[in-house]
Amino acid sequence: MNAGDVVIEMRDVSRNFGSVRAIENITLQVRAGEVLCLLGDNGAGKSTIIKILSGVFAPSSGELLLDGRPIHFQSPRDALDNGIATVYQDLAMVPLMSIARNFFMGREPVKGAWPWRHFDHGLANRVAAEEMAKIGIRIRDPGQAVGTLSGGERQCVAIARAVHFGARVLILDEPTSALGVKQASMVLRYIAKARADGLAVIFITHNVNHAYPVGDRFLLMNRGRSMGSFRKGEITNAEVATMMAGGEELRALEEELAEFARPPAGPRPDAAEPPL
Amino acid sequence: MAIAIDDRLAPTSRLTRLMRRPELGALAGTILVIAAFAALAGHTGLFTARGLVNVFQIAAELGILATPTALLMIGGEFDLSIGSTIGFAGVVIGMGVTEFGLPLWLAILVAFAFAILIGYVNAVLFIKTRLPSFIVTLAAMFILRGLTLAVTRGVTGRTQIPYITRGYEDTWYVDLFAGTTFQGLYRWMTDIGFITARPDGTPPVAGLPVSVLWWIALTALATWVLLNTRFGNWIFAVGGDENAARNVGVPVARVKIILFIMTALGATLFATIQVLTVGSADTLRGTQKEFEAIIAAVIGGCLLTGGYGSAIGAAFGALIFGFVQMGIFYTGIDTDWFKVFLGAMVLIAVLFNNYVRRKATEAR
Repeated sequence: MNAGDVVIEMRDVSRNFGSVRAIENITLQVRAGEVLCLLGDNGAGKSTIIKILSGVFAPSSGELLLDGRPIHFQSPRDALDNGIATVYQDLAMVPLMSIARNFFMGREPVKGAWPWRHFDHGLANRVAAEEMAKIGIRIRDPGQAVGTLSGGERQCVAIARAVHFGARVLILDEPTSALGVKQASMVLRYIAKARADGLAVIFITHNVNHAYPVGDRFLLMNRGRSMGSFRKGEITNAEVATMMAGGEELRALEEELAEFARPPAGPRPDAAEPPL
Repeated sequence: MAIAIDDRLAPTSRLTRLMRRPELGALAGTILVIAAFAALAGHTGLFTARGLVNVFQIAAELGILATPTALLMIGGEFDLSIGSTIGFAGVVIGMGVTEFGLPLWLAILVAFAFAILIGYVNAVLFIKTRLPSFIVTLAAMFILRGLTLAVTRGVTGRTQIPYITRGYEDTWYVDLFAGTTFQGLYRWMTDIGFITARPDGTPPVAGLPVSVLWWIALTALATWVLLNTRFGNWIFAVGGDENAARNVGVPVARVKIILFIMTALGATLFATIQVLTVGSADTLRGTQKEFEAIIAAVIGGCLLTGGYGSAIGAAFGALIFGFVQMGIFYTGIDTDWFKVFLGAMVLIAVLFNNYVRRKATEAR
């Protein structure tokens, strides 16, 4: 896969909250048709990076560039208008509303002149059905509630909605973390498709097994700092996992577990089966 | 691009779609209640012209409150202050005319202006404090009632204001709120013997109270707004998941402010109709109406958690209310039992709604 031009870029970006440095000197680039995986444990600073890219926070220092030009987002809406769509973990979907109503929530198509201006249900249903068909989700009718879809399907609808409304950069916040294997692979397949369509994708996760199959590049984070950026060929799945878990911590855990696994020193006649 | 509809999935049948409508339970309940009273009170006068006009008048007045209440509940909030707003608005009209010498039409306009203010203050307090709307409007309910009582007694020395409409009996705006319509139709139905005439040959009721038309018009308007406008989609979105709505750019605060203003306006319309019908105001008017409005909305399919419900359902809820109240009266059951029925109905309606919601969102 040949990646295109750099769409969005962070240069030496830091962000402080009072005396806490949430992220420090982060540099990253995402090209069109490329998936950048942002990997890190809880508290690594992944969320802060998302919020800077999506216009929630401004950087304390450093630069944000869109298509090579410096840019300052005033608000999430401003970022969205510049084609940067964030699909949050909580999905931005209302389970009791229909697929079509959810798809167009906040951007309802209308027709007619005031006071007869009304929601264009025909268009909304048609577009929602088309978009669902494109991503391979079979629905009986776009009027059915989003709550009837599976978790993976809902995540795909949220992504499809962002793409439909002109996203060029797609930021996905832990899209697979709450999903089972089958559901997660459905979302991963869709991420690969979005990449093939030329979108720049930033995929935030702490699950290496989900990141590795679709990622082109991996940015590893630990405690607000970059632990390095790697292309897929430069690093293996296992190496990524080790670095993410912070090496020593994983080794310490292994030793601890080995301690539990050691058989008891002598016979314990009074002990029944140990409770599990 | 062609739409690849999977042929293994049969299109949803009309019946299934109907089953998914939130007002279904209320429709079934209405039919059940009418059937029950037809059996119990079929010959007592409930189903005469006069009895039905009474039923519809009760339903209409409650429905005028229940419609905006349903919209607010779909938007995820409660307004417990509407009962007190009714008392307040009535007194504003009454004192406007009797104490400040305003023309009646101007006093009515002043009451509606106050309603906008009350709704706005409720909404802003609720948004700024981030307290549940239940608590904020509970406080407003007591503050408004107390204020109404204190100011009225302080200024007039009494808690009732009589003779408000004296001298305005035949003005068009009294007819607009308190008149009767279809008088010709009623006379004709009496002439052909469809309605039993009084001994002197006149119809037993003058016509349909105009409040019924207000109720029908408001229900139709609210239904159209809910189902066919952007604002309607925002109401569902805000009540269904406020954060999700905000994330996609729905102006959550604006939607809620408008909904709170709507409930206060509904309460003021109710007060105006009452004051112009009976000609007097009373500081205690509207007591418990907030609960009756919520009951009608809940019977009509609104979920207490928001995001689901309908205005037509609330209209059916109000109609059930009217039939039960008048039905019990005509059946000869002690009317003290009315509230027992009402409480039982609320319980059944909530259980039924929860079941419907589970069905609506369960994976197929």
